[in-house]
Amino acid sequence: MAVDKFPIEAGHIMMFARSIGDPNPIYYDADSAAKTEPGAVLAPPTFVQASAQFDPDYFLRPKIGQEWFGSAKEATGITQREGSGGGGGGGGGLHAEQHYVYHKQLQAGDVLSATTKPGKSWEKEGRRGGKLMFSESVTEYRDQNGELIVTATSVGVRTERPATTS
Amino acid sequence: MALKSSELNIGDQYSEEVCNNLSRTQIVQYAGSSGDYNPLHSDEVFTTQIAKYPSVFAHGMLSMGMTGRMLTNYVGDGRLTAYGVRFTSQVFPGATLTATATVEAIREEAGTQYVDLQLSTTDEAGVEVIKGNASARIDP
Repeated sequence: MAVDKFPIEAGHIMMFARSIGDPNPIYYDADSAAKTEPGAVLAPPTFVQASAQFDPDYFLRPKIGQEWFGSAKEATGITQREGSGGGGGGGGGLHAEQHYVYHKQLQAGDVLSATTKPGKSWEKEGRRGGKLMFSESVTEYRDQNGELIVTATSVGVRTERPATTS
Repeated sequence: MALKSSELNIGDQYSEEVCNNLSRTQIVQYAGSSGDYNPLHSDEVFTTQIAKYPSVFAHGMLSMGMTGRMLTNYVGDGRLTAYGVRFTSQVFPGATLTATATVEAIREEAGTQYVDLQLSTTDEAGVEVIKGNASARIDP
């Protein structure tokens, strides 16, 4: 994944906070955020995941004019295009781990860019899903001044068959 | 409101219910805000017929986001220095999740105090869906 420009917008933060069920006013209102210790509308700790919105090639978003592997009236039978790296799964892959290191506060008005490098990969024998194949990807998010804001490490796991029994 | 090193003890716990009876609509809301439109999270036809899961299920990152709410309520806004989790079980619609942080260490580094926390989020049946760690800057 490479994202050239990920604008941290107040409206996007509000929608993201709603979707994770977090009513903290610091995500909704600049006036009440101004009275807090950080003094500004902050991005929630997992917000950089939404950089997918600004990745032109993100494979888990339907693209205008292209076929989509999800169902329409019925299942389409379209095979999913392979995605890159660990990320949020796909292609029989699931998200196994996610780690963030915060170097500096991320707030509305910042503009990030992100570059991702592959990390380690390893295999494990699973109890339910057969062989498990893990792969790591490390994304560095930098702000408009080139300063490192967040380092995100994602671990994806691919299974030989669906890993749920419930 | 930040935590104070002088008032914290190893083993202290803080818990919050971060989701009650998770709806499919909230999962869709998260797909929309995060940009992860994997049909496994919203498309029952694809998920049951093609991917062969029993039902759509929540993004791991939704559970991590909800757990993060407990965390920032506990340590204060803008105080986290690290937050990492393993997704230990899938979360299906109808789940009620409780997130808990346990104080593991209180330490000082270059004149700044930090707390290290162990995290666990469990569903209504007591199954752990998230296991993790976090660190935050605290006041003396």
